[in-house]
Amino acid sequence: MPRLPRERVVSLVEIEGLDVRLDGRPVLSRIDFRIDPGEIVTLVGPNGSGKTTLMRSVIGAIPSAAGRIRRRPGLRIGYVPQKLHVDTTLPLTVGRFLSLPVRIGAASTRAALEQAGAGALLERQMSELSGGQFQRVMLARALLARPELLILDEATQGLDQPGSAAFYRQIETIRDETGCAVLMVSHELHVVMAASDRVICLNGHVCCHGTPEHVSSAPEYRALFGTGTGGALALYRHDHDHRHDPDCAHAGGPGHDHPRAGTERTPG
Amino acid sequence: MSLLDNFLIRAALAGLGVALAAAPLGCFVIWRRMAYFGDATSHAAILGVALALAVDLPIFGGVLLCCLLMATLVSGLTGRGHGSDTILGVAAHSALALGLVAVSLIPGIRIDLSSYLFGDILAVGRADLAVIWGGAALILGLLGWRWSRLLTATLNADLARAGGIDPGREERVLTFALALAVAVAIKVVGALLITALLLIPAAAARPFSRTPETMAMLAAGLGAAAALGGLRLSYLADTPAGPTVVATAAGIFAFSVSLAALRRRARRD
Repeated sequence: MPRLPRERVVSLVEIEGLDVRLDGRPVLSRIDFRIDPGEIVTLVGPNGSGKTTLMRSVIGAIPSAAGRIRRRPGLRIGYVPQKLHVDTTLPLTVGRFLSLPVRIGAASTRAALEQAGAGALLERQMSELSGGQFQRVMLARALLARPELLILDEATQGLDQPGSAAFYRQIETIRDETGCAVLMVSHELHVVMAASDRVICLNGHVCCHGTPEHVSSAPEYRALFGTGTGGALALYRHDHDHRHDPDCAHAGGPGHDHPRAGTERTPG
Repeated sequence: MSLLDNFLIRAALAGLGVALAAAPLGCFVIWRRMAYFGDATSHAAILGVALALAVDLPIFGGVLLCCLLMATLVSGLTGRGHGSDTILGVAAHSALALGLVAVSLIPGIRIDLSSYLFGDILAVGRADLAVIWGGAALILGLLGWRWSRLLTATLNADLARAGGIDPGREERVLTFALALAVAVAIKVVGALLITALLLIPAAAARPFSRTPETMAMLAAGLGAAAALGGLRLSYLADTPAGPTVVATAAGIFAFSVSLAALRRRARRD
């Protein structure tokens, strides 16, 4: 994805010196962060490092203790939350769900479901969807806002490896088609999408950030995640002219040493 | 208006008004798992009765005030470290007990407590009818006006925020509607059985609904059937009206659940 030169770009979201406390406990401190139109930014970090908190700050769900969050005026955000439990007591078809809170025409509903790869699910009950189907419906819902910024919080949680890979491909296609920026949290520390323009490694503060290759070789990253994987960050890469064999599409688990993982391909 | 001179007609209209407003509200109580919240709020009604008698306020006003205070207190206390079922249990029973004590302390008035605990639908007057239908219209108007926002906030708070909806505000709207429903319904089914009128028709409607809207409308229909059928039964069998209405609703629920189970089995075969 070609990036516009910095000086001509008005950032979608710009955060300066952000501190966030939850129940008096500091969760984020001195965060500087920005996301520009059309770029894919991935947040990684250990459990409890404040990834979800930062996302929720970006959408304005959490008040900040200090610092500034500037959203571009009128910014349209599409948000796919980490998990959304639809109670079985609530009868809700996929079609009706997509029309909340704003009524959407049938044509747009179908188009969004198609774009998210969930075209057949229109009449299904939300509480009966599988994990992967559910995430695609959530993605369709986010797309209906015609977002300039698409936010995904661990959207591949509960998906198996091929499922995640297919989902990531869908995201990249959507970015290429619509030009929206993408901000996502990955819980798969070792499977950072290679399509990311930038990776931000978070641990209460920004440990390091940069291109996926840069972060994977940064000492701060290795200090955080190094022990489990022998310091390896495997990048999930794909080309559009071949498919990963699902059985081989593993990435940098223990026993898979990738000394220079930033530049190497996941077997597949 | 000779029609309204008949106490049975007035009772039927009162039951109908409460049932129509309670059922869609009850859907939200079910979806948000607020059944105990409803209990805590409605049990505070007796305290409201005591307050109203003590300061010579209309019963409706006292009940509405106390229910609102209780609902606000409970939503403030939950999510502060206590399990919410504990808070709600403490609040519901304390409110009831305090209310009963407070009523007994009011000098010079001997009131029939059971009419506030179990309702006194046959004693509904024209003024009561006006209050009931006015309140019911307000509840339905409020729910209809904010329907999409309420649904989104019920589904997920963050999803609501991302759509520019303040979930806290929607919760306050529901809390207000709930307090209003209690104040309106206390004359009809009494403080102890109001939650039943909220929950049971909505629960009976669930198995036959594919969207929230059908569930709310079906619940309203079943609630109305329970109110009218229960009144008729209580007239025929000479049983207390409020409890008979709730018992009829329970019968409808049992029928609905059995029918749904049969249908599931038929589909599997």
